[in-house]
Amino acid sequence: MIHFESVTITYSESSAPTLRSIDLHVPEGELCLVVGRTGSGKSTLLRAVNGHVPHFTGGTLAGRVTVAGRDTSTHRPRDLADVVGVVGQDPLAGFVTDVVEDELAYGMESLGLAPSVMRKRVEETLDLLGLADLRSRPLRTLSGGERQRVAIGSVLTTHPSVLVLDEPTSALDPGAAEDVLAALQRLVHDLGLTVLLAEHRLERVVQYADRMVRLTGDGGLVSGDPETILATSPVAPPVVELGRLAGWSPLPLSVRDARRQAGPLRARLELVAVPPSAVPTPDPATPGTATPGPATPAATRAELRGVTIRYGSKTILADVDLALFAGEVVAVMGRNGAGKSTLLGSIVGLRRPDSGTVRVGGQDPQGMPPHELLARAGLVPQEASDLLLAETVDGECAASDEDAHASPGTTRRLLDDFAPGIQGGAHPHDLSEGQRLSLALAVVLAAAPALLLLDEPTRGLDYPTKRCLVQVLRASAAAGTAVVLATHDVELVAEVADRVVVIADGEIVADGPTVDVVISSPAFAPQVAKILAPQAWLTVAAVAAALPEAG
Amino acid sequence: MTGHAVPRALHPGAWWLWALGLATAASRTNNLLLLALLVVVAGYVVAARRTRAPWARAFRASLILGAVVIVVRVGFEIIFSTDPGPTVLVDLPEIPLPDWAAGVSIGGPVTLQGLLGALRDGAQIAAMIACVGAANALANPSRLLKCVPGALYEVGVSVVVALTLAPQAVEDVQRLRRARRMRGRTDRGFVGFASVALPSLEGALQRSLQLAASMDARGYGRRAQIPDRARRITSALVLGGLMGMVLGLYGLLDAGSPDALGLPLVFVGGILAALGFRLAGRRSVRTRYRPDPWKSPEWITVVAGAVPAVVLVLARVADEAGIVVPVSPITWPVLPLLPVAAIIVGLLPTWATPPQEGPEETVIASARTRSPVSAVYGQAQLPDPSEVPL
Repeated sequence: MIHFESVTITYSESSAPTLRSIDLHVPEGELCLVVGRTGSGKSTLLRAVNGHVPHFTGGTLAGRVTVAGRDTSTHRPRDLADVVGVVGQDPLAGFVTDVVEDELAYGMESLGLAPSVMRKRVEETLDLLGLADLRSRPLRTLSGGERQRVAIGSVLTTHPSVLVLDEPTSALDPGAAEDVLAALQRLVHDLGLTVLLAEHRLERVVQYADRMVRLTGDGGLVSGDPETILATSPVAPPVVELGRLAGWSPLPLSVRDARRQAGPLRARLELVAVPPSAVPTPDPATPGTATPGPATPAATRAELRGVTIRYGSKTILADVDLALFAGEVVAVMGRNGAGKSTLLGSIVGLRRPDSGTVRVGGQDPQGMPPHELLARAGLVPQEASDLLLAETVDGECAASDEDAHASPGTTRRLLDDFAPGIQGGAHPHDLSEGQRLSLALAVVLAAAPALLLLDEPTRGLDYPTKRCLVQVLRASAAAGTAVVLATHDVELVAEVADRVVVIADGEIVADGPTVDVVISSPAFAPQVAKILAPQAWLTVAAVAAALPEAG
Repeated sequence: MTGHAVPRALHPGAWWLWALGLATAASRTNNLLLLALLVVVAGYVVAARRTRAPWARAFRASLILGAVVIVVRVGFEIIFSTDPGPTVLVDLPEIPLPDWAAGVSIGGPVTLQGLLGALRDGAQIAAMIACVGAANALANPSRLLKCVPGALYEVGVSVVVALTLAPQAVEDVQRLRRARRMRGRTDRGFVGFASVALPSLEGALQRSLQLAASMDARGYGRRAQIPDRARRITSALVLGGLMGMVLGLYGLLDAGSPDALGLPLVFVGGILAALGFRLAGRRSVRTRYRPDPWKSPEWITVVAGAVPAVVLVLARVADEAGIVVPVSPITWPVLPLLPVAAIIVGLLPTWATPPQEGPEETVIASARTRSPVSAVYGQAQLPDPSEVPL
């Protein structure tokens, strides 16, 4: 269905080609997963399928890309609209109309289909993706998962034979991600659609893939069965890492496959009386320095009492009590729209509570002048780039040192710790997602805040960058900072958090040590916990550390 | 009329024609009673037929705007009292102005005649604004844009895009200002705003590019193959037609031109241009999903707007009593029977149209967070507040 024949793509401003002599064939009816580090050319590969590269982006394409027999060099994206459907990372940015039903019809209107056909297909698509109840809803009022499904539906109505998705689940909570992936699988199985999908969160998607393409980062790619590719891949989901550790063959891709082989491993681990993962440690060499906050008389960094926040008639936070202590890493979890961002915002005084009190370092953050707040609490927002204001990385670092009254070079030093080798003259917008987050994090940490808050820090991060983030967060916590992260990433939580707070409908429904909260939850349990249940293991590293003990 | 029990949205064009008819009527009279009646009629129909969509609140905004217009107009009259009427209410001290400002005076006697005249002027404009506001509240703006002819489709799309990007830009600015606070910088005042202006512009630009890419990938701008000859004919028709209309209008307005240059040329030019647009529309392969039908309720609505317009225009031409009320002598305005009856015809849509069906009510942020853009356009497409990222 999709053919790449010795394709080389070079952007005009870069010296080296992004993709070099690529040969790839994706047959009809396959779900093909594209993985690779940030900047390895995943998006370029995906966008070349519908001719977006190079017709829209510029650059040169040598070789031939054909989709359903059409050559992209002679067909512009609009001429391929009836065979390729493209869903971008941020569905909202791609919506043309304002209501669900109109959005579904838009592509068909462009193709000039007959009104009776359009009417029928819109109804079919509404049913296929479970959107019937949303048909007259304005797009902006939909939740993240609903938006993603509408975006998929809006390209499906033209009956394309190829569907291309760029990180469809990266911004979604686990439940919404399952919905989207289930819908995709149905399309592949029932309608024979060919799907090309890029995703960093392998643990979510790898079990659905028929084929995997790994971009090596130097312009080349490796393609094959997921099992074959993952056996040697440096990026792998926890289930595969556990499989490698235990020497399972064939390598399991889903929790179910792994559980069926996990009997002997569970028996071996049985001999270790208590899983040492009560305090998860990413690196077994340095045992966790932080202990769950409430148990020890650590200094209170922030305290919320009876905080209620409303928007109009809607209650976002309802009577929330929360205390944050020095040296602990707290993960705030919950559905999209559960109130996580609002909670973080209220702690740094961005949102005045309608009732209740917020105290940060004993003071009300609302009345605090911005420069005083800096040393008490720092927030890395969901869009890390919002925080950046200079034209260059060097300018950013200098401004940050000045704002924080830190000695010159502090920010740059922190940045080099997280992500070495960033050009000082580069524009922050040209950095990769991970580099931008590192820069924002460095800017916030330069003021040495007593409380560090991160909103969805792992969106769009690859595994190595994530590992680096985990180290930075643990180091900050070890230095006495209270770290709070709002996240959907259950694997990250298992790696780094001491304590988990679950929010639903604005209320705190669970608050306790990570193990206690996540282990029994179907949505929030990490893969390792699901595989080794009922034993309470959270990470592959913890299992690896315990295995020699177990003999 | 129970025949139209099935709820559906009335064609937005019908609402606009109805409202413009009422506005035309308002422009012909300065009788305060007639103007008030027009606003009441418009308001009654809005109350009966508006949906719970965000733009449905445009009517109230237009009333407020109208009130501001009246206050400003009367205020100006008090400051620059122009009417030397006999009934002086207050004699304000006059500020002497230099010679070059001769004819303008600040202060001086404020007369009852002057105030009344200003009130009537203001009320006339306010009534017209209210009529337009009624159309805004009743007609779905995006559906109205869908009605543009195929040849102008691209223009329609750019307006839609601008309407959706504007609230997003406001949201961007809010988000960036909060982020500035997190950098320990001020988020208030001009400095706070200036520091986020450029980044938010960058954001808007980036989003536009993403949207353009998405539209391209979904077939926007596909063209049917049209032979060169047909294309040349189309251009000739449109250009020729428009030129004919311009010449014809000149002929109409210039008393010295021959009669043949007037109405007939406008007519012929109009037909040619319409034909040209129609042909040009064929280049676009687009079809429309669920277009709004134009049936008897639409016709009744248009007639209900046309009746007051025609009656008041004719009454004004015939100089009927009570249409234009003289400033002096001051009299209690009379209610001329025929215009009142005609304006009441404007109420017909209340019963003649099907119940409106619009998008479901959305969670609208409280007045505090309402953006200025939404207040102006009545287009409060604000997102679910809980989804707003920090």
